[in-house]
Amino acid sequence: MQTKRVTFRHVWLPYLLCLPQLAVTLIFFIWPAGEAIVESFYQTNAFGTSLRFVGLANFQRLFSDPSYYASIRVSVIFALATSALAMTLSLLFAAVADRIVRGTNAYRTFLIWPYAVAPAVAGVLWMFLFNPSIGIAAYALEMVGIDFNATISPNSAMALIIVAAAWKQISYNFLFFLAGLQAIPNSVYEAAAIDGAGPVKRFFTIVLPLLSPTTFFLLVVNMVYAFFDTFAVVHATTQGGPGQATSILVYKVWKDGFVGLDLGGSAAQSVVLMAMVAALTVIQFRYIERRVEY
Amino acid sequence: MVENRRLLDILGHVLMLFAVALVVFPVWVAFVASTQDPAALMSGTVPLLPGDRLIQNYSEMLGTGMASAGAPPILLMLGNSLIMAVGIAVGKIVISLLAAYAIVYFRFPFRTLIFWTIFITLMLPVEVRILPTYDVVASLGMLDNYSGLILPVIASATATFLFRQFFMTVPEELCEAARIDGAGPLKFFWDILLPLSRTNIAALFVILFIYGWNQYLWPLIVTTSENLYTIVMGIQRLVTVADAEPHWNLVMATTVMAMLPPILIIVLMQRLFVQGLVETEK
Repeated sequence: MQTKRVTFRHVWLPYLLCLPQLAVTLIFFIWPAGEAIVESFYQTNAFGTSLRFVGLANFQRLFSDPSYYASIRVSVIFALATSALAMTLSLLFAAVADRIVRGTNAYRTFLIWPYAVAPAVAGVLWMFLFNPSIGIAAYALEMVGIDFNATISPNSAMALIIVAAAWKQISYNFLFFLAGLQAIPNSVYEAAAIDGAGPVKRFFTIVLPLLSPTTFFLLVVNMVYAFFDTFAVVHATTQGGPGQATSILVYKVWKDGFVGLDLGGSAAQSVVLMAMVAALTVIQFRYIERRVEY
Repeated sequence: MVENRRLLDILGHVLMLFAVALVVFPVWVAFVASTQDPAALMSGTVPLLPGDRLIQNYSEMLGTGMASAGAPPILLMLGNSLIMAVGIAVGKIVISLLAAYAIVYFRFPFRTLIFWTIFITLMLPVEVRILPTYDVVASLGMLDNYSGLILPVIASATATFLFRQFFMTVPEELCEAARIDGAGPLKFFWDILLPLSRTNIAALFVILFIYGWNQYLWPLIVTTSENLYTIVMGIQRLVTVADAEPHWNLVMATTVMAMLPPILIIVLMQRLFVQGLVETEK
């Protein structure tokens, strides 16, 4: 790993400087993660008084539990839909903002708002808009014949958390897409225009391929966001319901642990989730450096 | 722009206005709802223009809260959120600056190991190891106090990377010159490196303040005392009242107050915010 050519020499100072960061990391990250791994091999009795080593039984139980598969399915649908919706909309907005000359800054000022809004708050805002008795969005949907009720219909509940989660992510994607677009040299567009390519053709044959590194990076970021940062959206609005319709993985691990008090089961879920984040982080760091380019 | 097409320009502005509406409309509706009296939100749709209860609703929520829903006054929750957000932002920045400085400007045994240990925190978001982290914090006696709210979330791989990246771009000559003039490592850090990092620190502060302000799951599980509720998690108390429609006008007053500080910061410090956002992801 790189350092400076000129460095300081000191026996204990560097360790002292690293100490606070290391202490927090070890106590609040590594230790609990280790504990999760250990606990995933144990089971508590009904009173929570004794621990019994059960080997892989917690994992076997987890992977033979239909509700866990249901939760995986819900999470995947949610993550894909949220990423697709947030990325498509922001790419569209960024492409337009990059094209128009006047007013880009004013538009940008408004479009960055949702970044500041907490996921829980975004959830509550959209729940209010989709409230079946007084919500404006629900009213508009009713006009076109769609009955929207997130407390009764699983599809409505899923749509609600997807819209809320995607809405919050628009700012972030917009800023990165805009930066990516502005990095494409103008001469490329001009050359294409001279060859007779119109704006739409230019977008699909030039902009989209040149933007692929940004798109890939944002796809990973959005997936990580949708899988792991959206507990608040679910908890503040649908509470995983109706039934298990919106019980995404991070919601289930909390619920089984804190409400169901299933220590071993929750720990096993934690281990699976940690493996997932690790895989996504590796993808992010290995492939983003290399860049997907044509 | 390559060619001049009037129609396309107009279409572009229409689309951008739609984008702005998509972003602003939910916030506007929340604000409007927060100024109504309860009767206006009982049936029909929400009005689109503000009502006349702005001052009344807000002063009620700020001062007394909603005891029936177990929610403390907003002022108290805002204070808690502020303490938590500033604590998390400052904590992350300070410990990351120190660690990055050690990693870049010193050669010492286990340097790489320490770097990777910090890196691993990226793979362990609190959501995925929620129960054991709670156990650790509980066994350290940190439930229901500010240290429990702040300390467990202040490790930061991204901030450490950002500062490491920035320190690598600082010219070698600066350090040489400082050493020739007899400056020790701490003096160099304090008098030269810190002033140079000012913009980076400010940009990062904006991002981390918002991150801290918007924390939800962590405050939810480590606080049981109402005196420690933060505003973002307190809203959920108001919404999920058992078997009844929530008092939407008061809930929305709370949401507006919860959104206002981070939105103001982002809009007023837009340049710093964009810089911070793009740099933390490098």
